[in-house]
Amino acid sequence: MTAIIDYGVGNLFSLACSFGAVGAEAVLTSDPEVIKKADRLVLPGVGAFRDAAAKLRESGLWDLVKQQAAEGKPLMGICLGMQLLLDKSLEFGEYEGLGLISGVVRAMTDIVPAGLKIPQMGWNKLIMTGSSPVFANTPEGTYMYFVHSYYCDAPKEYISAVTEYGAPVTAALHRDNIYGCQFHPEKSGEAGLEVLRCFCKL
Amino acid sequence: MLAKRIIPCLDVKDGRVVKGKNFKGLADVASPVDLGSFYSKCGADELVFYDITASSEGRKLFTEVLTEVASKVFIPLTVGGGINTLDDFDRVLKSGADKVSVNSGAVRDPQLICEAAKRYGSQCVVLSADVKRVDGGYHVFVRGGREDTGIDAKEWIKRGQELGAGELVLNSIDTDGVKKGFDLQMLTDLCSDLKIPVIASGGAGNVEHFTELFKKLPFVDAGLAASIFHYGEVKIEDLKRVLADEGIEVRRTK
Repeated sequence: MTAIIDYGVGNLFSLACSFGAVGAEAVLTSDPEVIKKADRLVLPGVGAFRDAAAKLRESGLWDLVKQQAAEGKPLMGICLGMQLLLDKSLEFGEYEGLGLISGVVRAMTDIVPAGLKIPQMGWNKLIMTGSSPVFANTPEGTYMYFVHSYYCDAPKEYISAVTEYGAPVTAALHRDNIYGCQFHPEKSGEAGLEVLRCFCKL
Repeated sequence: MLAKRIIPCLDVKDGRVVKGKNFKGLADVASPVDLGSFYSKCGADELVFYDITASSEGRKLFTEVLTEVASKVFIPLTVGGGINTLDDFDRVLKSGADKVSVNSGAVRDPQLICEAAKRYGSQCVVLSADVKRVDGGYHVFVRGGREDTGIDAKEWIKRGQELGAGELVLNSIDTDGVKKGFDLQMLTDLCSDLKIPVIASGGAGNVEHFTELFKKLPFVDAGLAASIFHYGEVKIEDLKRVLADEGIEVRRTK
């Protein structure tokens, strides 16, 4: 069973349905017992880093997520959920992340040339830069759906895919049992569902 | 770089799609769920559902249908029609919409854009403007294009961007339904210097109109159309193949 961690940010309805579409059992939950029993965890997130981090702490799940990840349970952060995996974010200040993958969340304007629209909103191609089991069936150049203004600046060895938006922008992360997608697999059509299908085999 | 998006728009009344013919293999062409899945499978990059229902009973039906669509279609969904308050935003977002399009409601109360952007994020708020040429200028129209507000369209669109709209749909009333191509002049005059993505709407009659749109106006991010897709005059797979052959970046699906 996959536990989608529901800590009060955004609507997780589509995400839950997308797991159903790949034939996986998934529950939306904030219950620590359910999270402990789950085979794998999904950390979603939309909006501002500071607010999401605060809500995850208020929900009392911050330490539990870290502990579950440390025990080796597969964990996938999606969009802002991926950014929360890093050490810190510089969005509207400086805020601490979960520190499960080293790195810093920075503004896209730091690397993307002026004139390109921010947020990056739309379909962009994956360029594989490492190996990740969630991309077992994802060919190079597959389009995924992105909506973001900040990006994960992480060590190269953890970046499994980038996307080209005037500069290479981190699209996916992977370190041991920790995974991250900057794009929305639940909004990326069949290609996105395939990523979730692979994650559910872990 | 980002692929140019192709967006079919479905008018929904009392929970049923109003237009729609010539869909081979679809049992029920009036079902938003069937039609949504169909478009999603054949390569649409996004879907717009426009609720043209007037009654509250119809709205309730729309909300239920939207939930069903969202549970089966895994590409971005935008919902418009009858969005006048934050409660309307809340209602459709909770039912599975990813973005909400505002039109007359934002003209009546521009703060709606700002408040919605603050609460849900700019990426959620799509400003849809119905624009027509009047006395050598461009005016914003409301109530489905029937009422001239007298508002200068350039000013309004800029203001919408400043208030926090994350995307703009420019619908040219002058070319809408004419099928002789998108309104390239209006798009250039009103949208060429915007910082937010621009979706062109109104006038698409064939594949070449999309090629012309994306080749001549690089600042346009997406093309929206309704009847040509619904009546099967243009198939999305064919359209994307032609665009790709012309060197325009599009997302191809199997």
